[in-house]
Amino acid sequence: MGHTFFQPSHFTAVVLFALFASIVFGITQRETPRRMIRYGIYCFVLFVGSTIAISWLMFLVAR
Amino acid sequence: MRYSQKGMATVENKNTAANSGSQPVSQPGAQPGAKTSAKPGAREGFVYLPLIAGWLVPGAGHFLLRKWGRGALLSASILAMFVLGLTMQGKLYSNAHEILDILGLAGDLGNGLLYIISQILGLGAAQAQTTLADYGTRFIVVAGLLNVIAAVDAHNLRTGRKS
Repeated sequence: MGHTFFQPSHFTAVVLFALFASIVFGITQRETPRRMIRYGIYCFVLFVGSTIAISWLMFLVAR
Repeated sequence: MRYSQKGMATVENKNTAANSGSQPVSQPGAQPGAKTSAKPGAREGFVYLPLIAGWLVPGAGHFLLRKWGRGALLSASILAMFVLGLTMQGKLYSNAHEILDILGLAGDLGNGLLYIISQILGLGAAQAQTTLADYGTRFIVVAGLLNVIAAVDAHNLRTGRKS
């Protein structure tokens, strides 16, 4: 197996994933720049927020 | 003697005035229901070019339509996601036999030339053996799916379905 050059934490991976996906969603799913930014931020918050919420839920269930 | 007919109640002026309103008026002799003007945003040429270019190279479809800002952001996002996936030792699907592998391969193929060049150069892991490598695999697949969405968006811009 080769060397892994980039070793982010799980949370960093989630934030990067949410960032890039939100940019594409914002640009492609809305028409005006203002609405693109708003929808991109909305998607980013949902991505990261739902990840944190589900993580806490799994933590509490596993206890 | 030549004189201006501007403002006069000629047939031409009547049609011009009527067309500036909401009610379309057919030209004398025109077929009923025939289209008299092209759809706004629609242009001449090969309609699927931005779709194909956008699939092969992330953001290229928007660049062709002179949407420089959108194209740059899409290109940077998809490229970054793909490269990060590779640097996390993500797996590039090649020989798919199981249904999940076939779906992964379909997602990877969405990256267009990025996937083909990476396969030729032998980048990516053969198997994802760590959690991080599994994340990398998902990054690559999702980059391909996002690229397909971006290419379809370029097509919609080209056809005038989206402004």
